Amino acid sequence: MISDSSMLYSTPALETGDDEDQLLRVSLGPQHPSTHGVFRMNVVLDGETVVSLKPVFGYLHRNHEKIAENATYLSSMPYTDRLDYICPLSNNWAYAHAVEKLAGIEVPERAEYMRVILAELTRLINHTAFAGFILGDMGAWGSALMYAFREREKILDLFEDLTGARMMANFMRFGGCRNDLPAGWAMKCGKLVDDYGPFLDEMEKFLVGNEILLARTQDVGQLPKDILINGGITGPMLRAAGVNYDIRKVEPYGIYERFDFRIPLGEIGDCYDRIMIRFLEMRESLKILRQALDQLPEGDYIHPKAKIRNFKPPVGEAYGRIEGPKGELGFHLISDGTTNPYRYRVRPPSFINLTLLEDMCLGLDLADVVIILGSIDIVLGEVDR
Amino acid sequence: MAIDPKLAEDLKSQGVHVTSFEQLINWGRSSSLWPLQFGLACCAIEMIAATMAKYDMARFGAEVFRPSPRQADLMIVAGTVTKKMAPQVVRLYNQMAEPKYVIAMGACAISGGPFKDGYNVLKGIDRFIPVDVVIPGCPPRPEALLDGLMTLRDKIAKEKLIGKHRARHADPNGAASFPVPEFGPHDLEPTANREIWNPPTIVREEGGSE
Repeated sequence: MISDSSMLYSTPALETGDDEDQLLRVSLGPQHPSTHGVFRMNVVLDGETVVSLKPVFGYLHRNHEKIAENATYLSSMPYTDRLDYICPLSNNWAYAHAVEKLAGIEVPERAEYMRVILAELTRLINHTAFAGFILGDMGAWGSALMYAFREREKILDLFEDLTGARMMANFMRFGGCRNDLPAGWAMKCGKLVDDYGPFLDEMEKFLVGNEILLARTQDVGQLPKDILINGGITGPMLRAAGVNYDIRKVEPYGIYERFDFRIPLGEIGDCYDRIMIRFLEMRESLKILRQALDQLPEGDYIHPKAKIRNFKPPVGEAYGRIEGPKGELGFHLISDGTTNPYRYRVRPPSFINLTLLEDMCLGLDLADVVIILGSIDIVLGEVDR
Repeated sequence: MAIDPKLAEDLKSQGVHVTSFEQLINWGRSSSLWPLQFGLACCAIEMIAATMAKYDMARFGAEVFRPSPRQADLMIVAGTVTKKMAPQVVRLYNQMAEPKYVIAMGACAISGGPFKDGYNVLKGIDRFIPVDVVIPGCPPRPEALLDGLMTLRDKIAKEKLIGKHRARHADPNGAASFPVPEFGPHDLEPTANREIWNPPTIVREEGGSE
């Protein structure tokens, strides 16, 4: 027999608002099927309408930066795999890029090509999985993800052939890559690139014109361009709103200026644009992959003078950034001349893209919050670090 | 009263299946384990991959991921448990209905893994809830998760429901829920549940410095 209302601990408390409306406080997460990990949102609802949304972070804060400051430069490389665990190889590259900038290390041409190929394959994995997950958020749990993960497994097989691991590759080194491509790898990769276009056609056929998808995503969660720019939003989120900003073009790193590819832009930046922009980006990635595989030169996969043991970069600081699948992924390193970095800071794209979550959700329904969160494409390993 | 296994085998070849009530219950329990849809970190992606087309966990009756702990039989602790998350994990475990089982997937859930040195990382979920199967790896491959699942099925198939050595959930005095730690100012309070977890005692060899 429940005599006291405070005993109903699982029921959200009802509060009277200023205009005597009853507000409902809902705690979404940390265990919730559509929070993409252990993310929590304290949502205040007026009826179905969101009047306040406060994110709660830190459920996966695993001290990446502090551990890296106590470890040598190279031993942080496996930890970068676990930042954004859907796309480890992009993280590897961003970190290697920052250290190479810090120490002024040259990268041989073949290694640069290998890096581009791996990073674009990772982009394919991320965007494909994204399409599966966001349809899961809309209620199509499983079916779209089945297709997405079928293709993901094919790319993971390539990664396994090359790096020995499905997910946690630990592959890039300062001045190149850990090992050379095995025999026949480029051919297998070329076949995958050929087969990927038809898969995208198939996936798009299911999505474009799907009534549920259009009703749930069009005109949901758009923000003006200037707010997005001021909020530091990067990646597909920003480009979906029509801002032409891609680090591969504005500050080319690696050998990206050699490739012929375009940056797809959205129109208004609602959730629909965010989904479609990722499909267009995958098609551009395929173009880059095709060119890179055709041009792949022979040579060293790592700089012959690259130092693995007792690596001490000179005193100084460097910020290396790449266009990760989710946005600008940067590493800021301060060296005091010893084997460990003095300060190691990650600029995680999904964390900074998440900062405008409340602005996007206010005035919409609770069901839209799930879609908007899905369209930001967060990975908690990177958000909380 | 146990059945003579040889007799049971002979009868089986004649088309007569003899079983005990205990075996029947355990067979049912082990054949449809519904996991809690609950991912913590990197291992959760491999857990999802295990349910998808290539590895197809549905073959073992464990593809029905339930978002509510009330409907779940199995908790796969897939990923790093931080000190902020540990109370929620224990609470979720307490909310599951008996019989319930726990798989600790990956190095982080077992011992903190590569993040063991972190100030916010719990060094193993077995400090707070009883773990049935541990799967090493960082992250374990989907095959390893399937192997862990089958190990759990074997374990359930051998469970005793009556007698001195019966399973915890069949024992009226067995604990169904465990104290939820609090996220204190410095660490979890308490830092471990001493009733189910004790650090190994170091036994020094004789003839040492003493």
